[in-house]
Amino acid sequence: MGARISQKIAKTLIWTIALTVIIILMAIIVFILYNGLRVINWTFLTEIPREMGQQGGILSPIIGTLTVTVLAVVIAMPFGIGTAFYLAEYTRGGAVTRIIRFCTESLAGIPSIVYGLFGLIFFVTTLGLGWSILSGGLTVAIMILPTIIRTSEEAIRSVPNIYREVSFTLGATKWQTIRKAVTPSAVRGIANGIILSIGRCVAETAAVMLTAGTVLTMPESIFSSSRTMALHFYLLAMEGTAMDKAFGTSAVLIILIFFINVVANALVNRFVSKGH
Amino acid sequence: MKNFKEKLSGRVFLTLALFSILALAVITIFILVQGAPVIGKHGFAFIAGTSWSPGNGEFGILPMIIGSVAVTLGAAVIGVPIGICCAVFMAEFAPSLMRTIFRPAIQLLAGIPSVVYGFWGLLFVVPFISNHLGGLGLSILAGSVILSLMMLPTIISISEVSIIVLPSTYKDGALALGMTHWQTIRSVQLPAAKSGIVAAVILGLGRAVGETMAVIMVLGNATAIPSSVLEPVRTLTTNIGIEMGYAEGEHRQALFATGIILFVIIMILNISAQYITRNKSKSLKIK
Amino acid sequence: MGKNISFFKGFVSLALTCASVITATSCSSGGNIENGGTKSHVVVAGSTSVQPYMEVLAEEYVKFYPDSAVDVQGGGSSAGISAVGSGIADIGMSSRSLSESEVELYQFTTIAKDGLALIVHPENPVDNLTLEQIRDIYTGEITDWSQVSDQFEGDIFPITREEGSGTRSFFEEFVMDGQRITSKAIVQSTNGTIRTLVSGNARGNKQAIGFISLGVLELPGQNPVKGLQIGGVAPTTENLANGSYELFRPFLVVVGEEREESTHFIDFILSDTGQGLLEARGLVRIDGG
Repeated sequence: MGARISQKIAKTLIWTIALTVIIILMAIIVFILYNGLRVINWTFLTEIPREMGQQGGILSPIIGTLTVTVLAVVIAMPFGIGTAFYLAEYTRGGAVTRIIRFCTESLAGIPSIVYGLFGLIFFVTTLGLGWSILSGGLTVAIMILPTIIRTSEEAIRSVPNIYREVSFTLGATKWQTIRKAVTPSAVRGIANGIILSIGRCVAETAAVMLTAGTVLTMPESIFSSSRTMALHFYLLAMEGTAMDKAFGTSAVLIILIFFINVVANALVNRFVSKGH
Repeated sequence: MKNFKEKLSGRVFLTLALFSILALAVITIFILVQGAPVIGKHGFAFIAGTSWSPGNGEFGILPMIIGSVAVTLGAAVIGVPIGICCAVFMAEFAPSLMRTIFRPAIQLLAGIPSVVYGFWGLLFVVPFISNHLGGLGLSILAGSVILSLMMLPTIISISEVSIIVLPSTYKDGALALGMTHWQTIRSVQLPAAKSGIVAAVILGLGRAVGETMAVIMVLGNATAIPSSVLEPVRTLTTNIGIEMGYAEGEHRQALFATGIILFVIIMILNISAQYITRNKSKSLKIK
Repeated sequence: MGKNISFFKGFVSLALTCASVITATSCSSGGNIENGGTKSHVVVAGSTSVQPYMEVLAEEYVKFYPDSAVDVQGGGSSAGISAVGSGIADIGMSSRSLSESEVELYQFTTIAKDGLALIVHPENPVDNLTLEQIRDIYTGEITDWSQVSDQFEGDIFPITREEGSGTRSFFEEFVMDGQRITSKAIVQSTNGTIRTLVSGNARGNKQAIGFISLGVLELPGQNPVKGLQIGGVAPTTENLANGSYELFRPFLVVVGEEREESTHFIDFILSDTGQGLLEARGLVRIDGG
C-alpha cells in the first residue's frame, strides 16, 4: 500500500510542479509577444530610433544584429569547420588532440563578458578598429569558434568509419573520401552547430556592448558602429522610459529566434527523412 | 593532380586549424598577461579582500565571489529539482500532445536572449520580492530566480533526452518485477540517466555563472558583502560588465584578473563534469 | 546525398554573398577614423547625462551638414575621457570637471550647465534635506527615514551611479566632501535607470533615494519623481540659472589633439542654434544668450 500511495503523491507532485513551471516559462514568451506585437508595424521595422529609442523604430538595431551575426559566422565558419576536419581526419587521437579539445571546451565556457572585455582592448583599442561592426563581429566570431569546432568535430566523428574504409578500398584519396563520403553525412550536424551559433549571436549582448558600440544611427559600413537589437532592448529596459519599444524589440527578437529554430529543426528532419 | 589536391587540402585544413588555435591562444594569453600582474601584486588580498573600491586603489573581490556563489547556488537549489521534475514529466508522464507543444517551446526558451529573462525579472520578480519579502527587491533572490528560469530549458531538454535514450529493458524489467511507475523512475531510470542529468546540470550551472547582463538588471550591484538573500550584490561577471567601459591601468588589470578567476571556475566545472560522466558510463557498462 | 551538399553549398554561397556585400559597402563609403574617407566622421563618447542632448545636437548637425556623420556612444564620463585618450573617440563628453592629471592631457570646453537633483518617490513626505543629511544617508550613518522625518519611517535605500560616472564624481566631490559612499548602496548605470527605480510602485521603491541630472527630473509621460529641496532651495532651472541652487555642474566636451571635424562640431554646439537646442531641453546655456 505504501508504494501505491507514494506513487500517487509522486505523480500529483510531478504533474503540478512541472505544469506550473512550464506554463510560467511559456507565459514569459506569451507576455512579451502579447505586449510587443502591437508595437510592431511597418514603421517600427523601418525607422531608426530617435530620442534615445523612445521614438521611431528599430531599423538600425536590426541591421546591426544582422551584420554582426553574418560577419561573425562568415569568419568563424571556415576556421571552425576546417579545424574540426583537421582534428577529426588528420590527427589520430593522442595527447595533442586531447589538449586542443580540452582547450576548446574550456574556452566555450568562458563568459561572454570576458570576450567583450578582450574585444574592447584588443580589437577596439589596440588594433584601432574603434567601436564598429567589425570589432563586434570579430569578437563574436572568436566567441562562437569553440562551439563550431566542437559541434562540427562531433558531427564528423560520428560518421561511421565504414564509410571511410569503403571509400579507401575503392581507391579514393583522403581528400576525395572527405569530400564524398564523410562530408555529406556530417553536414547535418555541422549545419546544426552553425545554426546554434547564429542563435547565440543574435541573443548576444555583453560581447557587443563595448565592441560594436551603442550608436543609434544607421551604420555606413562594417567600420561603423551600430547597436544590436538585444543590446538596444537591454538599454531600453534599463532606462525604463520606453517600455513599449522594449516590448516590441524583444518580440522581434523572439520571433527571429523562433525562425532560426524552425530552420534548424527543418534541417534535421529533412535529412533524417532523406536517409541514406 | 590528385596528389596536388591531396596535399593542398591537407595543408588548408592544417592552416585553418592553426589559425583557430592561434586565435584561441591569443585570447587566453592576453587575459593571463593582463590579469596576472594584479594577482601577483596583491596575491591573496585580491581574492580575500573585502573592499572593492578602484577609486581608492582597493581591489578585493571577495564580495563578488560570494555574490557569484550565492546567486548560482540559489539558482541551482531552485532550478535543479524543478528541472529534473519537469524532465521526468516530459519523458514519462506528459501526453504526446503536450509534448509536441512543450518541446519546441522549451527549445525556444533556451535560445531567448538572457536580457529578456532579466526584463521579466525587473517587471515581476523584483517588485514581488520588494512588496512581500522586503528590501528594494534588487537582490540575490531575484538573481537566483531568473537564473534558475534560464537554467531550466537546458536542464529539462538534456535530462529528458538522457531518460528517453535509456534502453527500454530498464523500465520494462522493473515494471515486470512489480515496481510502480514512480518506483521505477526513482530507483532505476533516474540513477541510470544520472550522467546525462549531471552533465545537463553542470551545463546549466556554467551558463548561470557566466551570465552577466540579465543579472545586472536585477542584482542591485552593491559592492558590499551581502548579509541576506534580500540584499543587493555583485557577481564576478557583473563587476566586469559594469566597470569595463572606464577601467584603466591597474583597475583594468583587476578586471582581467577577475576573468582569470572565472576561467578557473569554469574549468573546474568542466573537469568535474567530465570526471562524473566518465565514471558513470564506466559503471553502466559493467552492469 | 547530393541534396545535402547542395544545401550546404547554397548556405555557404549565401553567407559569402552577404560578406562581399558588406565588404563592398565598406570599401565604397570608406570612412573609418583614420583616413576620414569622403565623409567627415566624428565619434563622441562619454557621459550618459550629456548623451541624450548630444544625440539631438548630432541629429541637427547632420541636417545642416549632410556630408558628416556623428556617432554618439554612452559609457560614462570617465569612459569617454579614457576613449579620447586611447584614440577610440574624437570627442569625450563629461558631466564633471576634469581632474588635475586630465587637464594636462586634454582640452575641454564647457557647453552648458546642468544641475544635480536628489530624488525620492512622490509618496515620500520628505520635501527638504540639508547637504549634511544627504551625506550621512549616503555614508550609511543615517539608515532610517525616521531619522530625518517624523512623518515617515522605514529603511532608506540609497542609490548611486557607477564609479566612472561623472554624475557620481560630482556628487562625491560636492556632497560627500571626501567621505565614501557606502558599499551597500545600490549601483545603477544611467540617469533613467535611477529615475525609474525611484519612481517605481513597489514598497521598497518608496523608500529609495537617488541623484540624477536635473534635465531628466521632469519627464512627460513617465512616472513622476519628487526633487528634494536642498536647504530649502528647489531644484529648478530658474534656481540653477540664478545660482541659488548650489548643485550645478558643467557639461564639458573633451578633445585630445585638434581635429578640424571635431572643432567644427563643437563650434556648432556653441553656436546660437546649438545652445538654443540645449536650452529648450532644460539646460542652462553658457553663452549668456
